[in-house]
Amino acid sequence: MSTHTETLQRRSPSVKRVEAFDLERVRKDFPILQLKVHGKPLVYLDNAATSQKPQAVLDALNKYYREENANIHRGVHYLSEVATRGYEGTRVRIKNFLNAASEREIIFVRGTTEAANLVAQSYGRTHLKAGDEIIITGMEHHSNIVPWQMLCEDTGAKLRVVPLNNNGELIFEEFETLLNSHTKLVSLVHVSNSLGTINPIKKIIGLAHERKVPVFIDGAQAVPHMSVDVRELDCDFYAFSGHKIFGPTGIGVLYAKEALLKKMRPYQGGGDMIKSVTFEKTTYNDLPHRFEAGTPDIAGVIGLGAALEYVSGIGYDKIAAHEHELLEYATEALLAIPGLKIIGTAKHKASVISFVLDGIHPHDVGTILDRSGIAVRTGHHCTQPVMKRFNVPATSRASFAFYNTVAEVDALVQGIHTVMKVMS
Amino acid sequence: MDDLRELYQEVILDHNKNPKNYGKLEHANLTSEGYNPLCGDHINLYLQVEEGRIRDVSFEGSGCAISKASASLMTAELKGKTVGEAKHLFEKFQHLVTSSNSEEPDLDGLGKLAVFAGVREFPLRVKCASLAWHTMSAALAEGGKVVSTE
Repeated sequence: MSTHTETLQRRSPSVKRVEAFDLERVRKDFPILQLKVHGKPLVYLDNAATSQKPQAVLDALNKYYREENANIHRGVHYLSEVATRGYEGTRVRIKNFLNAASEREIIFVRGTTEAANLVAQSYGRTHLKAGDEIIITGMEHHSNIVPWQMLCEDTGAKLRVVPLNNNGELIFEEFETLLNSHTKLVSLVHVSNSLGTINPIKKIIGLAHERKVPVFIDGAQAVPHMSVDVRELDCDFYAFSGHKIFGPTGIGVLYAKEALLKKMRPYQGGGDMIKSVTFEKTTYNDLPHRFEAGTPDIAGVIGLGAALEYVSGIGYDKIAAHEHELLEYATEALLAIPGLKIIGTAKHKASVISFVLDGIHPHDVGTILDRSGIAVRTGHHCTQPVMKRFNVPATSRASFAFYNTVAEVDALVQGIHTVMKVMS
Repeated sequence: MDDLRELYQEVILDHNKNPKNYGKLEHANLTSEGYNPLCGDHINLYLQVEEGRIRDVSFEGSGCAISKASASLMTAELKGKTVGEAKHLFEKFQHLVTSSNSEEPDLDGLGKLAVFAGVREFPLRVKCASLAWHTMSAALAEGGKVVSTE
């Protein structure tokens, strides 16, 4: 316990006092948070799996289908113009959101998983060969492991993995050792979904660039919590999913440097990615459309735009301050429970807490908490190597968003006491 | 709380903490592995079947209280049963945990397995309760292979 208290004291002074937002008002923006589950108020602590949607996003989707629905880019009629404006307007918003150099660097995809697959297939297949190496880390989500494994199978390249220390942080020296003249790509998660660890990606990108190695960042768990500046990071690829940042499912973003995109083959063939087609030859469209084959998820893009506007309206400084407070409070409260162990104790963490209880399997924890209206994730969180590293079959995970409250942390703690009572 | 007590009955908690027939069966002639990739529940089942009768049975593995207690109680019930009886019992068990909770559960012939009637209220946990049974069924049907409840 004393070590923990020290950690807290070390961390707290770095937090700047930021004026808080009106939590009650913000919670009212999310209709689902008013729900009762099994007769109890919903306590939604599964935000790392997917986040809830504010009314502004629901309204945008509704308005799109009721008043703006048309296919984009080709119609000359009024609705097509409105839909195209909404779609391309969101691209500009995302360019600004990530501080990208141009909207040509913003590709709409289904989500982070598709972004990784796009880069693996489109960049990887033409830039990697047998004997080359791809570096990932021991805390990657399966979706940032499997696309590279598939690429390795196709090309004969090798996957190298940066190991984790007992706190769930990257062992940086190991990364430096793995990085060599065979390395052709580095891909890692910005924030770990199962451990909460925030990785020092700027430092990693800098080192990789010294060897001219491009870096792909899986930002799915980062963008709901912190602002991202792709030019300041100098990352080559950055991907995130709309549904984790209070937007709809089925839409995500791949940012890629224009110079790299120009060297990449289209990922899929079809409508919108072409300029002209004959049976002899097809001329591909300009960036970014070259990477967006088929009618895209127009409504999803517009919904995502509304979500980003909502998040920007609250402000990342306020979000970070509130979530930091929740994380500190919850960490302390959970550690006070006898037999509870937190998996993932990195110095720099997002508001994600994975834990195990002595002698009680996470699934039983999940079921019993659910009956108190508390939603947590239980299982391996699509990070089986992390579970293996920490020698646990599964964990329970509470992940917080800005709309969560200290009272909800108390409900979680109370719920875990109920778990222990039921299982004793 | 009542439906939780219905699910986590005393018998289930006891078998979770002190499972029966736990460990490898050295003289097994049929083995099978069961796995639920979604939650990571994992079981190895060992059977000694002679002349169509289950002489001995044991299991090893890791999982939640429901899956562990189910494996423990299943092995206890299977000992001495014919292969035909074991398959019949699987059908009865499967019906018990998946039947609609608006009808009275059919507990006839289920013995101690009746404690799993509470699983009906928790559809997401049916896979936990039936993993051991699917594994047993695969061992008897195909002489052992990896089964998945996904």
